Amino acid sequence: MQKRLPIVLLSLMSLVAIMVSCEKIIPSSPKEDEILDGPVEGLSYDQLRRFALGDAAFNNEIFTPANGLGPGFVATSCGSCHAGDGKGHPFTTLVRFGQTDETGNKFLDQGGPQLQNRAIPGYKPEQIPADASFSKFTPPANTGLGFLELVADADILAMADPQDLDNDGISGVPNYAVLPSYVQAFNNAIALKGKYIHRFGKKAAAYNLLHQTVNAYNQDIGITSSFDPVDAYTRMVIDPEISTLTVNNVVFYLQTLKAPIQRDAGNAEVETGRKLFEKINCSGCHKPTLKTVFSPVVALSNKEFHPYTDLLLHDMGPGLDDGYTEGSAKTFEWRTPPLWGLGLSMNSQGGSYHLLHDGRAKSIEEAVTLHGGEASASRNRFNQLSGAERNAMLRFLESL
Amino acid sequence: MKKLFTLIISIGIGQMAFAQIDPKLLRAKPSDTAKNSLNMDAVYERPFIAVGKLPVSVGGYMEANWQYQGTDGISEGQQFQFRRMTLFVASTISKRIKFLSEIEFEPAEKEIAVEFAALDLELHPLLNLRGGMILNPIGAFNQNHDGPKWEFTDRPIAMTQMLPATWSSAGFGIYGKNYSGDWMLGYELYATSSFDDSIIANPENRTSLAASKRNPERFEEIASGQPLLTGKVAVRRNNIGELGVSYMGGVYNKWQSDGIVIDDKRRLNVFAIDFNTTLPKLKTFITAEWAWIRVDVPDTYSQQFGSRQMGGYIDIVQPVIKKTILGWQHSVVSLACRVEYVDWNVGKFRETGGNIGDELFSVMPGISFRPRQQTVLRFSYRKQWQKDILGNPPARTGAVQFGVSTYF
Repeated sequence: MQKRLPIVLLSLMSLVAIMVSCEKIIPSSPKEDEILDGPVEGLSYDQLRRFALGDAAFNNEIFTPANGLGPGFVATSCGSCHAGDGKGHPFTTLVRFGQTDETGNKFLDQGGPQLQNRAIPGYKPEQIPADASFSKFTPPANTGLGFLELVADADILAMADPQDLDNDGISGVPNYAVLPSYVQAFNNAIALKGKYIHRFGKKAAAYNLLHQTVNAYNQDIGITSSFDPVDAYTRMVIDPEISTLTVNNVVFYLQTLKAPIQRDAGNAEVETGRKLFEKINCSGCHKPTLKTVFSPVVALSNKEFHPYTDLLLHDMGPGLDDGYTEGSAKTFEWRTPPLWGLGLSMNSQGGSYHLLHDGRAKSIEEAVTLHGGEASASRNRFNQLSGAERNAMLRFLESL
Repeated sequence: MKKLFTLIISIGIGQMAFAQIDPKLLRAKPSDTAKNSLNMDAVYERPFIAVGKLPVSVGGYMEANWQYQGTDGISEGQQFQFRRMTLFVASTISKRIKFLSEIEFEPAEKEIAVEFAALDLELHPLLNLRGGMILNPIGAFNQNHDGPKWEFTDRPIAMTQMLPATWSSAGFGIYGKNYSGDWMLGYELYATSSFDDSIIANPENRTSLAASKRNPERFEEIASGQPLLTGKVAVRRNNIGELGVSYMGGVYNKWQSDGIVIDDKRRLNVFAIDFNTTLPKLKTFITAEWAWIRVDVPDTYSQQFGSRQMGGYIDIVQPVIKKTILGWQHSVVSLACRVEYVDWNVGKFRETGGNIGDELFSVMPGISFRPRQQTVLRFSYRKQWQKDILGNPPARTGAVQFGVSTYF
């Protein structure tokens, strides 16, 4: 009996030691600046609980025919398009068609504006009508959207220069459009003839994150809600397939996702690149710093942040003109995409870059050189940089 | 709740009845540990207890464990899990008519399931009829899955989440075995209830044969109206090991409703190969299994649900101590390692031509202690890498487990 005791004690002690120290032997978290998901700092417990509910609905809720998927759809969940809340992959690139000017979409009765290119078994997916122009939209990153939502209309208008009065070749105009019935205008909204400044999406055709979320559920997954009960496939009003609370939780999740954190900000080459970025006037559109207005979410309220966008539409030249548009944007106009998180794109795009609105650029450098229109001067200056200068600027962009 | 109440009452009455039996009448019927058995014999290769001269034997096993698991630094903390308890009841109705049932309780799944309940009728040693609820003989693990037989708490991922072990279904079939010297040959062929549309429409967001397990109607109604065929041939040579080749296939989807054709007929085909051996001198036990799945997924559906899957595992178990430990004679301490791989979606994206990800690789070293052959205490550490469908950097998971499992 006495011989057994040491073995028993040793075994029990080993087991307890493992149980106590097990936290040390599971894989560690990636560094905070290497991932895009996670809540903004400073949320209260109740806000974090709501964030977690929205997170679960966004990333874990999978739609099937049993809970409303389709019949036509692009993806089976929100997370399918935004892996790790980052930029999407061509696998879930959206196709929109049927609008060539601000008079509206002429193909709404033929499935416009968005193609549901997939269908549940037993149904046929939509086809683009033969005479409709179209454009492909690669899913954007979700991070920091709550900050962008809180930029005042006045601040956006202050960056606009429709007549190019400063003669820098960059104009920039907002996308004015009519609000959907379920969307309320911001307190600080500045309307023009009953239309409001929209800011989200490739063409800045979504007003706020509720608008963006409801539209994505409906057009991307085929999920109706109390906000938009019209089924994208049948065009009929049907019962909501998702609860209003879930939609609101997802909106809150998107509003409170943290902003991407720059890496290597103190690196000399990165700093050189940042200066070059400003020198060749990329920052004419990709504005480094914006600020939020008041928000009841203290963590977002009256904050300065660094998205590298002006939320305005710019002429990007004929090379990027697909002949399709939304709202009041022209077919050759695109909203300046935020550059924050750019360097982490490959972590959500399957190890490759798929940049610009349709993922056609396979590197940051290619994306820069494909800029045209108002960005032509900056692009030309970029092309004239020495190899070292160009590398420094790319290093800076990768650090965002 | 009603089921649970009935169960508790039944067990209670059983206990009272049992208490009136002279314990001397309880005879442990050791499992047939002779080498001349195949995986297909696993349902009978269990320790049973017979009561007196009653023709009924009973047995069972249970599994429980402690676990700490985390992925990329995020963990739900320490967990105690009661995985399952299974009861066996076997009856020799006559010399060549047997009945065996296996009822499984899985509290976490809120599931009480009849996993196996079949009548075996021997027409000839080479031709036996089996009918009832059967375990489809696809691969080896589905038939040979009792917890105490394994050195790891977790079941092989490929065999449980890709192949749907344990997958049992209602049906009929035939089986038989033949011996010749050191050689043994066995076969099985069954027609059973089948899968349904949920294998390509489920919350796992990937093709998952296991998703059909959630459909309770599968024991009464075949979605396609056409049976699933499962067949296996296994051969064993005593000093080499056992090799099994199996197939399972059929139409899985509901393609007609009230006589109206509403979809194309879509098939699934599963092939599996399994092998096990014990190396002669080292007594190293090796068991391995690999499976390929092909599912007819509509081209117009999402590639999120793959049309091809493959995966498997290999377990290597090396006994290192065989002696009396803590008073238990013939105790065995073994070192073990499991390596697993699953590709849930074999193929390339139509949009880019790049490889579809959705794959998993896992290594799990462990150590086990068997005070008796029927009882195992096991400790393991899992390191796992899992890529999403796009092939993004893998999620890294670590898990430490300590578990017990025993036949009773």
